[in-house]
Amino acid sequence: MSATSVQAAEARAKEQVRVAPERRVRLGSALLSLHSVLIFLFLWVPIIIVVFFSFNESQFLAEWTGFSTRWYVEMIEDEQTIVALWNSVFVAVVSTVISVVIGTLAALAMERYQFWGKLGMEGLLYLPIIIPDIAMAIMLLAFFNLSGIGFTPWRLEIAGLRLSVPYSVIIGHVAFNISFVAVVVRARLADMDETLEEAASDLYAGPWQTFTRITLPMMMPGIVAGALLAFTLSLDDFVITFFTSGAGFNTLPVRVFGLVKKGVTPKINAISTVMLAGSLTLVLIALLFQRKGGGTKSIMEINL
Amino acid sequence: MIAALQKHRSLQGGLLILPAALFLLVFFLAPFFIVLGYSFAERGTYGGVVWNFTLENYQRAFDPLYFSTVLRSGWIAALTTLLCLVLGYPLAYFIATRSEKWRGVLLLALIIPFWTNFLIRTYALLTLLRTNTGLINVTLMNLGLIRQPLPLFGNDFAILLGLVYGWLPNMVLPLYAAISRLDHSLIEAAQDLYAPGSKVFLRVIWPLTLPGVVAGSILVFIPALGAFITPALLGGGKSLMIGNIINNQFLAAHDWPFGSALSTIMIGIMLVVTIVYFRMVQKEAT
Repeated sequence: MSATSVQAAEARAKEQVRVAPERRVRLGSALLSLHSVLIFLFLWVPIIIVVFFSFNESQFLAEWTGFSTRWYVEMIEDEQTIVALWNSVFVAVVSTVISVVIGTLAALAMERYQFWGKLGMEGLLYLPIIIPDIAMAIMLLAFFNLSGIGFTPWRLEIAGLRLSVPYSVIIGHVAFNISFVAVVVRARLADMDETLEEAASDLYAGPWQTFTRITLPMMMPGIVAGALLAFTLSLDDFVITFFTSGAGFNTLPVRVFGLVKKGVTPKINAISTVMLAGSLTLVLIALLFQRKGGGTKSIMEINL
Repeated sequence: MIAALQKHRSLQGGLLILPAALFLLVFFLAPFFIVLGYSFAERGTYGGVVWNFTLENYQRAFDPLYFSTVLRSGWIAALTTLLCLVLGYPLAYFIATRSEKWRGVLLLALIIPFWTNFLIRTYALLTLLRTNTGLINVTLMNLGLIRQPLPLFGNDFAILLGLVYGWLPNMVLPLYAAISRLDHSLIEAAQDLYAPGSKVFLRVIWPLTLPGVVAGSILVFIPALGAFITPALLGGGKSLMIGNIINNQFLAAHDWPFGSALSTIMIGIMLVVTIVYFRMVQKEAT
């Protein structure tokens, strides 16, 4: 056998080796696609069914009898649910504002400064994120009980409704949100180009001027992302609110939990659909800001 | 004074961290120590807490009656994590290897359920799974495919399904981040050297994405271990986890010391798991 024919045979053999895996690869990628489609269906179908049946006329969830908005009417006429909605919004707004301020300052300190006790602070900032929420909830419950703060309410009136929101709930929400805001803002700070700040001070900008003109605007996408995350987490929270509010105080999730315990009705589907629409809006706002912020870290990657 | 502040950066840093430090000391660390203290205290006759040192609460936690639930919770959480990993890894790989346009769409399809209220999603599952009135059983029975409703609700299966459903995005998102950071020239190099697909995965892709696997596993295991809503709604009051016992001790049985002991055990497991996992990553990285 001449050298060239050996080479040709080798080439042919190689080709055969390559063809077989290619077919396997194609099968593999088809399976991968199928798997992904099924998982997305698994994630989405239950949610879509809840929305679908919120427009069902029948009071039974499993049979469709016709289109109706009666459950939305029932929802609006249910004063406890409307109060719960306003409670949710109020707690979310107040706790977000407080935790954004405290969390942003903490992020600046952790990312740009050295100080005594920094390592301990690192741990203290991460713990509220990883601790199971039920553990944090009973810790707060025990604290409010022992300290005598109790469930003292903040009484106010919004849209003609009298609200009384326990301070303990707001404090609880701030306690877990500070950490989330700090993590998000820190990620942004770590990505930032420090030479711009150095350039500013080279051009004789004072520290305060450098901060307000350079650092703060550049931090803004992180702060907005942190605020949106805090706002969402606060709106979504059930466990901390449930344990730190005492009886009779509802946010929307607490109200939904109470209703589900009493029995499943399409009214719950209507409330759920409204909450879903709220979450969807927040995601879209977040994406909008993210795009404006120049495609930095995806909002999702901030989690750890 | 401002001049003095500008000179001492460490003082500045201290001032910036002060609000967070104070807030978390008072409303996080102090509450933790109260619960830790409670766990060694006695229960009062009428449900209060009497500060007499005792180990009885921990002994009770290891009583088979409760400890079986503690073990089961750990088992369910571990199984949830494993299932999320097995289901989530291919999905994350799929998303990460699409074109940029598709990646955006698919990520959004993942993020929206993730940002959707956990309670609402659990409720959505409940409307499907319930034994006699759930959509799945009603549909199957109407179609004549089954005579008896399937046992989809009020058991460990329902809890497991609920936890996987609820926390799967927590697994997929860090995995996606890790996979999309992969250096493809390394995979190509392995393929050029005739490494079979399985070897490319085990020797190249898996080790390089391990940080994502670890992050995702922690983000699933910890909330699954502390699950309260899922077993409360899908366990049908029969199938319980530690979270439900803690809830009962605090809100129904008024045995705060025992509830505190269970919480302390839960926090302990969480700390150990987190530390072990992070050690593993560090070892793998060096």
